[in-house]
Amino acid sequence: MKELMLGNKAFARGLYEAGCLVASSYPGTPSTEITEEAAKFDDIYCEWAPNEKVAMEVAFGAAMAGKRSFCGMKHVGLNVAADPLYTMSYTGVNAGMVIAVADDAGMHSSQNEQDSRHHAIASKVPMLEPSDSQETLDFVKKAYEISEEFDTPVIVKMCTRVAHCQSVVETGERVEFSKPYVKDIAKYVMMPANAKKRHPFVEERTKKLIEFAETSGINRVEEGDSSIGIITSSTSYLYAKEVFGDKASVLKLGMANPLPVKLILDFAAKVDKLYVIEELDPIIENHCKALGLEVIGKDALPITGEFSQNLIAEKLGIEKPEGLKLDEELPMRPPAMCSGCPHRGVFYVLSKNKITVLGDIGCYTLGAAAPLNAMHMTLCMGGSVSSIHGFNKALGEEAEGNNVAVIGVSPFMHSGMTGLANIAYNQSNSTVIILDNSITGMTGHQQNPTTGYNIKGDPAGKIDLEALCKAMGFNRVRVVDPYDLAATEAAVKEELAANEPSVIISRRPCVLLKYVKTNPPLSVDTDKCRSCKMCMKLGCPSISFKDGKAHIDNTLCTGCGVCRQLCKFDALN
Amino acid sequence: MTTNIMIVGVGGQGSLLASKLLGQILLSAGYDVKVSEVHGMSQRGGSVVTYVRYGDKVYSPIIDKGEADYIVSFELLEAARYVDYLKPDGHIVVNTQQIDPMPVIAGAATYPENLVEKMKAAGVNIDAFDALGVANEAGSVKAVNIALLGRLSRHFRFTQEEWEAALEKCVPPKFLLLNKKAFELGRNN
Repeated sequence: MKELMLGNKAFARGLYEAGCLVASSYPGTPSTEITEEAAKFDDIYCEWAPNEKVAMEVAFGAAMAGKRSFCGMKHVGLNVAADPLYTMSYTGVNAGMVIAVADDAGMHSSQNEQDSRHHAIASKVPMLEPSDSQETLDFVKKAYEISEEFDTPVIVKMCTRVAHCQSVVETGERVEFSKPYVKDIAKYVMMPANAKKRHPFVEERTKKLIEFAETSGINRVEEGDSSIGIITSSTSYLYAKEVFGDKASVLKLGMANPLPVKLILDFAAKVDKLYVIEELDPIIENHCKALGLEVIGKDALPITGEFSQNLIAEKLGIEKPEGLKLDEELPMRPPAMCSGCPHRGVFYVLSKNKITVLGDIGCYTLGAAAPLNAMHMTLCMGGSVSSIHGFNKALGEEAEGNNVAVIGVSPFMHSGMTGLANIAYNQSNSTVIILDNSITGMTGHQQNPTTGYNIKGDPAGKIDLEALCKAMGFNRVRVVDPYDLAATEAAVKEELAANEPSVIISRRPCVLLKYVKTNPPLSVDTDKCRSCKMCMKLGCPSISFKDGKAHIDNTLCTGCGVCRQLCKFDALN
Repeated sequence: MTTNIMIVGVGGQGSLLASKLLGQILLSAGYDVKVSEVHGMSQRGGSVVTYVRYGDKVYSPIIDKGEADYIVSFELLEAARYVDYLKPDGHIVVNTQQIDPMPVIAGAATYPENLVEKMKAAGVNIDAFDALGVANEAGSVKAVNIALLGRLSRHFRFTQEEWEAALEKCVPPKFLLLNKKAFELGRNN
């Protein structure tokens, strides 16, 4: 049956059909739905791991045990999981192991736009690169075959426009797969003596994979006009076809690593002019140049941002369509913390007290936006906790008592815990605020080790944050309700004044969670409102000024009451 | 030939169901279809865009400037934001509802006035109507997405029965009556 299917759902369908048994992932846009969709199949054991490194090691254990396995992550997650990946390349697998990595050219929802192909090249692991949902489904199944045939984990690289595009697929049936587990110290214990023997295996494997890339059909030539030849992959292939149609010949590379040699040379020999069209880094281009080919690539097309059909046309001197023009200055519509978001109270207190805030990755990164402007660094998962220690070690008393790290509960479990251990061990006078909103918010409400539920929503283990921090050696651990501004401010001031490291847990569930009961919306008593605009300092989407007085949008307001605490004239009730 | 429909609005307005319904009816009619959306950061009340493309063979997942045959907008300012994506002979179907973006709420910018007239003056074929009112009349403000699609459906060859069949495949039974009514009011009023 033909159906429209999201790229990520097609990935999950591929896992199902290939007989995948164990899947462990950490959520990250645009990869999250792969594992969420996989969890809907009862035949696949699925879980959210605390981070990508754990997820990859779980999947490795399952593959070594003889069952097909999977782990999924976004591009920056592969940095976290790089440690096991690079050595897994040496050990190889038993049953197949597939890794999803989802890039985000254009940074729709990411902190950088690194090109994951570099990891495949550096770890010497094969990487496939589908460009639509059907290819995704097919490539996942193919990836398991490659994994077992060549004894290697295989990466399937997604990107925003493949992961979050629905296109037509035909589905198949599940085929179960199993291999026996056999102890093999020389293959799986990577101490130097064994690893030295495995490295040549990796190099030999790459040669065999290049042979495979030449002939397997995963890389294919689409004959067109021979005056122009285009070597391309992933979404760039789609944009190139949109622009050139059959006015060019195309070599579509479905395998990003390793790249073929003879196939490219033969293709180049048949065309007059050769373009390489690839998003982000010039990897195919540099490969072609190393083969002595003259190509047009990054000298015409940008190395930053995402491509589109118009961009390719414009940069390559082809006419592009023009739209209508509206000569009008339009206000932007940036994302904002939701009405009733529990994070808002914390950031209001930090903003009011002019505290330096080292932040982390999540919805609360929006605390950096006006009018709160209460975040001064965001780097990576867990980076806030480690960096506040360095900040305080560098500045000592000069900075102490005027800075905090702020981290969500999911990044805290991901890699904030290790930074906290460092503060406890190497003793800096740092204060860490953990925002415990009972869920992983930004990626669309995934469970995590602190929520007490697993990926299917069934009861699971629950990490006790207070006990964890105390066990690490923190004497000062306290919990506040961020809807209570006075209590939150008191906690922040007292912990900053204390002469030892401390943790504040700001605890209140995400207002978008279905079980959260909101209060009736507030309204403004315009007779009492003196137009002081104190309530506007919150940056709440429900509050605006109309006819010189505060106005509350009763369709958005959740009655959290934070604004009421700021109003000196009792006008908000 | 590929036909391009953009669905634009504010995060949380229900554009996913609208694109699902379009995808369903176009697939049933035998077209190749692609529907692209962006998840994540854009959902927090930000500007959101969904691309629906159909034809014999669809390559690109996105619609670029000057390529849209139709823009369906859940909000007035968002329609104006994407005018340069419209083909010169394209159509905009827009809900006249206005939702202030953060810079307007914070007083750093003002919501532009007379946008419908300004778009008409720029040469846009624009069908502006109160989809929120229609949805309310049908029984729920949440049906604004389907009211808008009802309006858009005037431009397509599919019969009301075919649209309703697609609705049945996309909407849970308990909301079906509401959505059929919103569709019918959007299409025929």
